[in-house]
Amino acid sequence: MSTTERLIPDRLRSPMEQKLKSWETLLLLVAIAIFVANSFASPYFLNAWNLSDATFNFTEKAMIAFAMALLIISGEIDLSVASIIALASTAMGAAVQMGVGTPGLVLIGLGVGVLCGAFNGLLVTRMGLPSIVVTIGTMSLFRGISFIVLGDQAFRGYPASFSWFGQGYVWWVISFEFVLFAIIAVIYAVLLHKTNFGRAVYAIGNNATGAMFSGIRVNRVKFILFLLTGLMSGVAAVCLTARLGSTRPSIATGWELEVVTMVVLGGVSILGGSGTIIGVVIAAFVMGLVTFGLGLLNVPGIVMSIVIGALLIGVIALPRLWSMWRAD
Amino acid sequence: MLTQPGSNAPPKDMPGEPAVLALHEVTKTFPGVKALSEVSLSLYPGKVTALIGENGAGKSTVVKILTGIYQPNGGNILVDGKPTPFPVPQAAANNGVTAIHQETVLFDELSVAENIFLGHAPHNALGLIDLKTMTEKARALLESIGANIDPDHKLKDLGIANKHLVAIARALSIDARVVIMDEPTAALSHKEIEELYDLVESLKAQGKAILFISHKFDEIFRIADNYTVFRDGQLIGDGAIADVSEADLVKMMVGRDVSQIFPERTPNVGDAVLSVQGYAHPTEFDDISFTLRKGEILGFYGLVGAGRSEFMQSLFGITRPSAGAVEIDGTPVEIKSPADAVNNGIVYVPEDRGKQGAVLDLPIFQNITLPSLGRISNNGFLRLAEEFKLAREYAERLDLRAASLDTHVGNLSGGNQQKVVIAKWLATHPKVIILDEPTKGVDIGSKAAVHDFMAELAAQGLAIVMVSSEIPEVLGMSDRVIVMREGRIVAELADHELEPETLVRHAAGI
Repeated sequence: MSTTERLIPDRLRSPMEQKLKSWETLLLLVAIAIFVANSFASPYFLNAWNLSDATFNFTEKAMIAFAMALLIISGEIDLSVASIIALASTAMGAAVQMGVGTPGLVLIGLGVGVLCGAFNGLLVTRMGLPSIVVTIGTMSLFRGISFIVLGDQAFRGYPASFSWFGQGYVWWVISFEFVLFAIIAVIYAVLLHKTNFGRAVYAIGNNATGAMFSGIRVNRVKFILFLLTGLMSGVAAVCLTARLGSTRPSIATGWELEVVTMVVLGGVSILGGSGTIIGVVIAAFVMGLVTFGLGLLNVPGIVMSIVIGALLIGVIALPRLWSMWRAD
Repeated sequence: MLTQPGSNAPPKDMPGEPAVLALHEVTKTFPGVKALSEVSLSLYPGKVTALIGENGAGKSTVVKILTGIYQPNGGNILVDGKPTPFPVPQAAANNGVTAIHQETVLFDELSVAENIFLGHAPHNALGLIDLKTMTEKARALLESIGANIDPDHKLKDLGIANKHLVAIARALSIDARVVIMDEPTAALSHKEIEELYDLVESLKAQGKAILFISHKFDEIFRIADNYTVFRDGQLIGDGAIADVSEADLVKMMVGRDVSQIFPERTPNVGDAVLSVQGYAHPTEFDDISFTLRKGEILGFYGLVGAGRSEFMQSLFGITRPSAGAVEIDGTPVEIKSPADAVNNGIVYVPEDRGKQGAVLDLPIFQNITLPSLGRISNNGFLRLAEEFKLAREYAERLDLRAASLDTHVGNLSGGNQQKVVIAKWLATHPKVIILDEPTKGVDIGSKAAVHDFMAELAAQGLAIVMVSSEIPEVLGMSDRVIVMREGRIVAELADHELEPETLVRHAAGI
């Protein structure tokens, strides 16, 4: 036997090579294709203000999608996010009637989000219930409370300073919501890809038992992820309520599936264990561009959801078709 | 016409008996790897052929080719001497070939009878499953192999040994002529292994050809008639088991002489590190007390089900004990979770590597650093260069064999996976390391490496607890042995008292 030191290389493929052959690259090409197609389809598409408007189609949903991505990577899911928006928005609306000012409203919105997330998290981590069941339950529960409080009424009368969170512009066509979306994207990308916490999330999603046997506090990590998802739902509730200027119990109906769609389209495995934040960012743009492009062409909403559904299945099936074709 | 398959003559003591199933110069390649290179193998009715080789020798590939899961790139499968391709698993089953796998593929939520007849259940006139006939047939099959199992029970209610019996009944239900057993005794206790041997004898008497894959030489010599040795995807030798010695087989397997001797050690035992007092659990174990010293290897011997692993997992914080106290270096500590155990310097290498020991879908470097993230990070932010440095240091210390540190642990051999798990824990600078069946499913070359490394760690002052069911390993490695039976400590034996008979006597309660 040789006595020389046996050297194992760190990596066989460079990180750059891995990135180029990734899902995210494919998705980026899809986004560019949709962008080009849109600019040919409608003369109104390539207009700074129109494009700025288009971002409102995804900014609020994407904020939740980033937290949801971490939750799904860890092997859990939260289907109550849209209902958390309804409850948080209702709480803010009620507070307006009592004369609470803008800072108070924001705190209430975020606070309700965190509390709802904590409730979900406790049921999942302390009682050991499956998250899909727990959050289907709280999905009805949270929105139900909102319906009891509001009935067929709406809360209005939000102060003008509050509206800025949904309607304000930071500079030229750059909205506050878009800036917030970008900041949150960076925060979550760093959290998932550059910290111990993010590494624990991946380990738990791949093998929760193995992670626990490695000294990871699995339930603590999962609880924090539910808190974060609740918090982001609260943030989205503030932005959406400020943009609409009113609260109805039907606010954000169906968003939970759009958020999950965005996460899965972004390349996050629905079974947990893999996915990136940049993928979710690109998926947000793809969904926003499709919705906006079809809107310019006066396509009705029902058709839009058909297109989004087909897009999801198409983008997921494409790599598999490609590899089947190559195998022949 | 008796075409004798294979490039090698059949074993001498079987004149004229044609092979019921054979591989003739079979080659199988995967991208970048030649898993099998023109290997031949013959199975004869009423004979047990042991297939022997280190992990990675190509044994699993052979099983997959014989059961129609993989297609060979060259060579033939011969059934009764005639070339017969097995393009799909069903083709293998139709030719009477059946396999009982290491991790048997059965369905927990289905009944025993449904498990036995899944895919070939008896039907009634309407084309629906005839439950009554199926249950009766299942009962008859189970009785024929001496298994006392109710066919209506759900599979999940059975113990591991009974699950194996169900798998065997399933194998027999398709009227198998060839039964492949892939490490069938790995999870069984002594008594259950004896029962399995009886079963193999009765299958032989019925004229079935048996391919028996095992790492354990004692059982190979006990039940096999013939042997076939593979190394690195090549046929090294075959013949009658009566003509070879254990040393011959080991030499063929590893291509060199491997001393079956355990590392020479002069125990340098220091102060007490770990002291456990009155550990108890409502159902699994009771009144466990012992002290462990620096530099000591303390063996825990017992039969499967004696409560050793359950106690170790409780000590590691997986399950909470109902009573008991732990001291580390004389200071009482409370261990409520594995994280607490690691922080107090107690680490655990579990028996089940795939589920508990490692995260198979993550790369090697991330597995090694997983419990040490605090040391390679700065305020919670990972430092990739530090991470690779730490992973490299321990991978090299354990002489890990891998294409790169970025390789997924699931792609490594059992021995190298075990090295990753041990490396992961050593990187946390533990005081006490608990090794639960440290060489189970590990090939013989890696086994010696693990033993040498344990000796080295003990010499450096680490305190080691080793749970093992292999008597040679317990005798060869331990300075002191605690024997457990039915959840309690029944004996503590010093080095000079260690005799195989003594261990077995205490463990079995005779």
